[in-house]
Amino acid sequence: MNVLDVENVSASHNGSLAINKISFSVREGDLLGIVGPNGAGKTTLFRAILGLQQYQGKIKLFGYEGNQYESLLPMVGYVPQKVNFESNFPATVYDVVEMGLLPEKKLKKGAALIQNCGCSWNRIFGASSKNSEKIETVLEIVGLDLLRNRRISELSGGEQQRTFIASALVKEPVLLILDEPVTGVDMEVQNKFYSVLRKINKENKITIIWASHDLTAISDHATKVACMNRDLFFHGEKDEFFSNKDLLKTYSESAMQMHMHNHNHNHSHKV
Amino acid sequence: MVLDFLTYGFMQRALITGIAAAICCAMVGLYLVLKRYSLFGDALSHMAFGGIALGYFLNVYPIWTATAVSVSAAMGITKLRKSTKISGDAAIAVMLSSGLGMGVILVSAAHGFTIDLFSFLFGSVLLTSISDTLSFLAISCGVIAILIILRKPLLHFTFDEEQAKINGISVEKLNYLFIALAAVTVIITMRLVGILLISALIVLPNITSMMMGKGFKKTMAISISLSVAATAIGIILSYPLNLAPSGSIVMILVAMYVGTLLAKHAGIFSKKATVQETLPPANH
Repeated sequence: MNVLDVENVSASHNGSLAINKISFSVREGDLLGIVGPNGAGKTTLFRAILGLQQYQGKIKLFGYEGNQYESLLPMVGYVPQKVNFESNFPATVYDVVEMGLLPEKKLKKGAALIQNCGCSWNRIFGASSKNSEKIETVLEIVGLDLLRNRRISELSGGEQQRTFIASALVKEPVLLILDEPVTGVDMEVQNKFYSVLRKINKENKITIIWASHDLTAISDHATKVACMNRDLFFHGEKDEFFSNKDLLKTYSESAMQMHMHNHNHNHSHKV
Repeated sequence: MVLDFLTYGFMQRALITGIAAAICCAMVGLYLVLKRYSLFGDALSHMAFGGIALGYFLNVYPIWTATAVSVSAAMGITKLRKSTKISGDAAIAVMLSSGLGMGVILVSAAHGFTIDLFSFLFGSVLLTSISDTLSFLAISCGVIAILIILRKPLLHFTFDEEQAKINGISVEKLNYLFIALAAVTVIITMRLVGILLISALIVLPNITSMMMGKGFKKTMAISISLSVAATAIGIILSYPLNLAPSGSIVMILVAMYVGTLLAKHAGIFSKKATVQETLPPANH
């Protein structure tokens, strides 16, 4: 069953066409890496999926549109590129993670819809877990349990990003959307982050869409790849993408070439 | 007894109304400050002045007209801001001046107030009647109850509006409801410190408590305590010293703010030092 269907979706950003008639589907358990240079429309696509942006075309969650789509939307976890919060906001890491919690009523409604279409909701926690237990668990997953009482504004960029990931995880998402989540974060934190990503994808069977312009990371961690620059050039298995030289050539944006170079470079080292 | 005056009915009414308003202001104010809407209270109170003038002009109980005018103006401005994308500070300037303009016209049309204009500008908490006290108390309880019930969606909405929207919070409705609560809070606070000093009660306790490095709940609790303490002390001290209670309350809040600022610089909330030690090295 498809978790997400994007059918012929076009949308504008600041008056110009940002995504053009894009169609693809995401299956349960996919870890889909979306690559594309800056301004390729990745964020616009995500915002359309999340109901924050107008679009033409159809987007379905578990086959649902309209009101049922809206009922399922809270169960989508989203970590944007940058969260703009007031710099001295008096919220601790714990407070921010707690914001992600959904009321039991919404969870039940969403779970019923998912079951109706013959799918299952893969929970991270036991069904009877208390909210405080859920928060502690996700803080451990992202490695922030010791910083729980620290104010979010006092943390480094990487720690803030991990806090937002925890906040997206605590709702036990059916789909996790990450928009260049490790941009500007040091390598050590990046590696930690990727291992968390793979862990929740494998162990908790959470479907993930993850945008990046780091081809190396995509090739190391994703299971499927989509490649876009306003149009969708490719969507399919990772190996197919990386073994198809023509495909890589088609996608000749300068920013990408640089990453391509890095990718080949790293690859030769591995061999 | 030195504190005999506390047994006077007007003093007790002043304390009850004052403390109720102080709690509402601190709670509403924290969200306003964090949404960068610090001057919104000022704008609302100037609208309320227009409303009060309208009430006297039409011979209607002025609190009702003030509430009606400021709530509808606040809603209108919020809608206008959304549709025309004018900035927050410009919207506040529009409200502030139109409210005051309307008030001045109505005052001159009625050939001056028969009541004291000064008391609206700077408050007259010692003149609160029993019926006013009861209605203010009921309104404050309502405002506080709604804020407690909605604390989670309100916090989420204030911190990150888009995530709140994704989580299924009806952000627009919540925004209108909150603006209405803020307008009502301003009406009940007007009696305490007057139109011109309302911002102090909305902003000062909150920026003071925010300096102390605590989480959201504690920050709000500290803010409420500071606000209540300043109000009670201000009202009590103003009587034997024969000072204006509104000014006294505001200056106590200013003193609390400056004191905290100095204490912070002196390293009394010295969390910063340990933070530096435990944080990993900065990103490259």
